[in-house]
Amino acid sequence: MGPEAVRVEAPGDEARRTMTSAPGKGSEAPVLDVRRLSKVYGEGDTAVHALRDVDLVVERGEFVAVVGQSGSGKSTLLNILGCLDAPTSGRYLLDGLDVADLDERQQSVLRNRQIGFIFQSFNLIPRTTAFANVELPMVYAGVSRRHRRERTEAALDLVGLADRADHRPNELSGGQQQRVAVARALVTRPALLLADEPTGNLDSASTRDVLELFDGLHATGRTIVLITHEEAVAARADRTVVVTDGRLGEQKVVPR
Amino acid sequence: MSSVEILRFAVRALLANRLRSLLTMLGIIIGIAAVIILTALGNGASAFITNQITGLGANSITVAPRAASGTAGASAGASSRPLSPADATALSDPQGAPDIAYVAPVVQTSATIAAGANSETDPVIGSTPDYFPGSNTTVASGRAYDLADVDGNRPVVTLGSTVATDLFGSGNAVGRTVLLNGSPFQVIGVLQSKGQGGGFSNADSNVLAPLSTVQSALTGFGNLSQIVVGARSTAVQNAAESEIYSILDRRHGITDPNDRDYQLISSAQIAQVLNSTLSTLSLLLAGIAGISLLVGGIGITNIMLVSVTERTREIGIRKALGAPPSAILAQFLVESVILSALAGLIGVGIGIGLTFIPLPGGFRAIVVPTAVVIAVVVSVGIGVFFGGYPARRASRLRPIEALRRE
Repeated sequence: MGPEAVRVEAPGDEARRTMTSAPGKGSEAPVLDVRRLSKVYGEGDTAVHALRDVDLVVERGEFVAVVGQSGSGKSTLLNILGCLDAPTSGRYLLDGLDVADLDERQQSVLRNRQIGFIFQSFNLIPRTTAFANVELPMVYAGVSRRHRRERTEAALDLVGLADRADHRPNELSGGQQQRVAVARALVTRPALLLADEPTGNLDSASTRDVLELFDGLHATGRTIVLITHEEAVAARADRTVVVTDGRLGEQKVVPR
Repeated sequence: MSSVEILRFAVRALLANRLRSLLTMLGIIIGIAAVIILTALGNGASAFITNQITGLGANSITVAPRAASGTAGASAGASSRPLSPADATALSDPQGAPDIAYVAPVVQTSATIAAGANSETDPVIGSTPDYFPGSNTTVASGRAYDLADVDGNRPVVTLGSTVATDLFGSGNAVGRTVLLNGSPFQVIGVLQSKGQGGGFSNADSNVLAPLSTVQSALTGFGNLSQIVVGARSTAVQNAAESEIYSILDRRHGITDPNDRDYQLISSAQIAQVLNSTLSTLSLLLAGIAGISLLVGGIGITNIMLVSVTERTREIGIRKALGAPPSAILAQFLVESVILSALAGLIGVGIGIGLTFIPLPGGFRAIVVPTAVVIAVVVSVGIGVFFGGYPARRASRLRPIEALRRE
């Protein structure tokens, strides 16, 4: 699975226009371009500012770790980056495309084609085989059955679970489940991988497996944004961003 | 996302909860089966009754005397006139009654009929040969009396099947002699059995003889008990009835149609009354079955809502992976339609199967094809209608909220 051009289809004429009109960018636009992003829950006196004026740019091929204490707003940030939640204010360009311009259906297409999610709790669909779980995003993308089979097998092979394709989530260990989730996140060849505490529920051996998988993906040029509170995990990233009380703090570049 | 995939998701979800799917379907299965069976029973009963009534004689109208309604004083008056042979003659007038094919004057009495040691009392009906088609009576063996018998005042009788068996056992009655109130009559025929007519007098115990013979031997040449009139066809039955009314009203001096001293009874009339009663009853039964369908439909809504709530997280995952709202809507809608349509088909199968069970009283349930079609369409409709709300709720869930739900 080499880094290939990501197909962007359906996100509508309006979306396409926004993309092409992004000045002087084209394919060199940063994968993520977040400007003065804020998220407020509730109103008036009880309002909670989960994010305050966050600016973040992630270039293609970068591996960025977002660290912070629980409640600091890092999960809120990731949800917004993944188009699962909408910001209260600010601008968010994904691959040069302003997400605010997209309706619900277009956002679902964007999530499908551009973003691969890896959750702390794996979030595999229960009572459904590993194969069917990995295949699922391609079903929504309208990939033909034959291509789905090939790519699902390749993705499961990549995470070392080709022999577990017929197993259901409850028949797999936590580490194996998370590797299935990684395969599922990769299979649509998204521009961006978003991982929310991917090793939070794993033992040290499984953690190592999954992190090696991330290293491998990074080496092949994937763009990865990963949330963690573990130093050892963050140490693998090119760059670490600290979130404190909804604000983006120091950004340290890890020398490689 | 292709429809095949949607179907695959739906079937997979239903199979994951087999027992629950089955129990949900049970409501629709029972409802649909009830609709099929109840309409089939109504239809069968209607066919049975129609069959019994046409046994009275197609296109025939019976004129019978009736005590004039109103106060006791009025009915005691001389204005009430019985039916006379002259009335019968008047009805035979082709000018005044062009739609009447035949007129059979009837005298009816009862008499002791004896053969050897056996004797019993039976109704004796004297009429003309037209009485046979008029009462839908056919001869099983021997012959019916003919005009020559009537004109010649011959002492001949045809016996109802029960009478023949009672008097002569299983032996041949034709050619034997019976005594009617002591007068000898020759048996020339035995009638085809009609069976026990639905609540009417048993025609198999009747003794039929020529009008003139019965009058001279038993009743005397007085008034008629009935006049059986045959219309030329079913189409002109109503016209024939109004001709009878106008002729007899004139002859009996009737001015108020509500105060007639005679009445018309036709098989069509009886059938109509009974069938309208029956169709009201059928409608009632179908209504009850419809209520059970409604309950089944609400069961589907309930289960689909439970299913949506239970799978909120799964919906969130699917949305995170890029499922558009339409795909989620379609998945849940297809699930409920599969449930209800499958239940409908099973219900139709069970309903049709149960109609083959033999029923007492000799009538059987006849499946109404339109009821089957409507049942299937309705069950699919139930899936769309009652599954629509939960499906729409699922499709509108915000991905982040769905994912947060445990």
